[in-house]
Amino acid sequence: MSSYHLDHLQHLETEAIHIMREVLGEFERPALLFSGGKDSICLLRLAEKAFRPSELPLPLLNVDTGHHFPELNEFRDVRAVQLGAKLIVRTVDDAIAKGIATPAPGEISRNRLQIPTLLAAIEEFQFDCCIGGARRDEEKSRAKERFFSFRDSFGQWDPKNQRPEIWNLYNGRLNPGENMRVFPLSNWTEMDVWEYIQRERLEVPSIYFSHQRRCVRRGGQWLPVSALVPPKPSEEVRDLMVRVRTIGDIISTGCVESPAETVADIITEIAAARVTERGSRADDKASEAAMEDRKKAGYF
Amino acid sequence: MSLSVTSPRPVDILRFNTCGSVDDGKSTLIGRLLYDSKSLMEDQIEALERSADITGGGQINLANLTDGLRAEREQGITIDVAYRYFATPRRKFIIADTPGHVQYTRNMVTGASSANLSIILVDARLGVIEQSRRHTAIAALLRIPHLVVAINKMDLVGWSEARFLEIRAQFEAFLPRLDIKDVKFIPLSALNGDNVVDPSPHTPWYAGPTLLAHLETVHIASDFNLTGFRLPVQWVNRPNNPTDAALHDFRGFSGQIAGGIVRTGQKLLSFPAGIVTTVKQIWTYDGVVEEAFCPQSITLVLEHDIDISRGSMLVALDHLPGSSSDLQAEVCWMHTRPLQVGKKYFLKHTTHTVQVVVTELIDKLNMSSLESEPAPAALTVNDIGEIKLRAARPLVFDGYSTNRLTGSFILIEPGTNATVAAGMLRAPYEVLKPETADYVI
Repeated sequence: MSSYHLDHLQHLETEAIHIMREVLGEFERPALLFSGGKDSICLLRLAEKAFRPSELPLPLLNVDTGHHFPELNEFRDVRAVQLGAKLIVRTVDDAIAKGIATPAPGEISRNRLQIPTLLAAIEEFQFDCCIGGARRDEEKSRAKERFFSFRDSFGQWDPKNQRPEIWNLYNGRLNPGENMRVFPLSNWTEMDVWEYIQRERLEVPSIYFSHQRRCVRRGGQWLPVSALVPPKPSEEVRDLMVRVRTIGDIISTGCVESPAETVADIITEIAAARVTERGSRADDKASEAAMEDRKKAGYF
Repeated sequence: MSLSVTSPRPVDILRFNTCGSVDDGKSTLIGRLLYDSKSLMEDQIEALERSADITGGGQINLANLTDGLRAEREQGITIDVAYRYFATPRRKFIIADTPGHVQYTRNMVTGASSANLSIILVDARLGVIEQSRRHTAIAALLRIPHLVVAINKMDLVGWSEARFLEIRAQFEAFLPRLDIKDVKFIPLSALNGDNVVDPSPHTPWYAGPTLLAHLETVHIASDFNLTGFRLPVQWVNRPNNPTDAALHDFRGFSGQIAGGIVRTGQKLLSFPAGIVTTVKQIWTYDGVVEEAFCPQSITLVLEHDIDISRGSMLVALDHLPGSSSDLQAEVCWMHTRPLQVGKKYFLKHTTHTVQVVVTELIDKLNMSSLESEPAPAALTVNDIGEIKLRAARPLVFDGYSTNRLTGSFILIEPGTNATVAAGMLRAPYEVLKPETADYVI
């Protein structure tokens, strides 16, 4: 009997494939949110495992905040072509121009503005379900979210009124205008993601690996110097060997000093890490309920 | 004992849930497991310290680790199922922290349904209360293979062995009425960390393992049923590729194996068509394989071109399931609108959703006595009872006691689309008749 055994990654994989296929079975017009980040790279491999030898039966969707790392967007576009997938990109800049998203006076972050941009894209293509790469170990309010996360016609998440999920039976029924977000990686940890990337020999954007970058010390973090983040005269600027552990916008993603050049190096580094990956994201540090508040408003 | 999350590559996954009443210390226990197994990161501890300065009078509250929502921190309660992850060199753990309030029992069912093991927390001062019985009964009903009774706050009863034995006896008085095979009693203090990860100096009379040592070693061989192949078809895989001849004719049936083992060349019966066919190929992204087993996700290519679609089931000929439109099941009611006899619901079973009508409410479980009360007036939120249903089309199913995946269902209320019940099917009255199986192409 011992040969009929799945290790932890195989368990997580079959669970995620099952969820992907349930999405195809239960929804008319699903999309897969693909940013080019490590979690959505795993999602794409799982989609291949779920649907090959057929073409991927759902388009990829990305909300481009205009503050993305250029390496990430390049990777996103190349990967979509490699997979023969249809990639839809909707930009926050365009949403601002159309009046769909309106920045507050002096608001630089695109974090809030990607919400109306995403909801407009869902409306435009009449998507009834978006598959996302969020994981429950990332953040406390995510820890409470279901695999099938119901959103009302305003895109809102109601944490107190979630559908119970029992066994592997997911209730995907919707009324018109309602929407589902589905998270096949819910049970994966950061370590599982990197181990899966290693096992599947998946390519990831170069910024996950050690590279030299000019950084500015701000808010206890090393932020990449860019046109959007010019250092102030009083701030410390250094050229460092860094990598990113989690990718958000270029204005809020802290770089960590690291010599990691391979996926194996990264796994060793995470194993010894004493802070969580979200510890390098300024957007989540705003308040203890920052993520919860954004999700209630329609965030991924 | 030195443990850490830093050793990669655990060999398997143990899923467990914690349940107890308000203030039994569930979240504190999970916090303690994470803290003492060094699975907490510095920024998480910092965040805890920040909230301790604001709300906790300087005292770190381990419960704040899992209570992630605003209302929870304000009210000091756990609203919903929170999932937590940690790993030791031996295992990866998925924890479902399920609330103990009476009105949130549905969340315990949610958190426990996929668990290998349930931890029932008992306050050593209070002993067994109605919530303890309820949670134990639910764990038994869901057929969770392993149970741990964590007798917490032992420091508040002076680490009394007599008290520990007394509570154990209270449990053992009602356990025989429930079908639970493996129960472990552990005396501990979640607040102080005694017998959670590290053995306690206060319990020389206790020779058993700490909680974590037990979680790391409990035998979970296969919670999945390897007898009687079942493949509920999720999706028909048809590449329809005009340029690639091999792919042009490819027609595969994709799904997650819900029981048993399948091999190339094996004969299978397909439902609802009722036709026998043969496995031509077991296709996976990683290559064609000779055999596959529960719970792998696969795509089967069959010898015959028969009508199979989402909701169909492919089964082994040697262990046939039952098939019927008349169903009997134990249900846990999860919605504030009570069950109505005569009302139509959608029933989702495996990959198949069908309309049903509730024809009879047979009995209801009294949570205090754990006795069945016949012909109750209603089944309302958090009630567990036995019902009869009639489906618009026959279901192909096993009893829940035989197979958790092909013996379970949910009920969905039309209109609101609320998930109103979790159901566990009684074994079928009759298995499929062999005549049906003789109907071969």
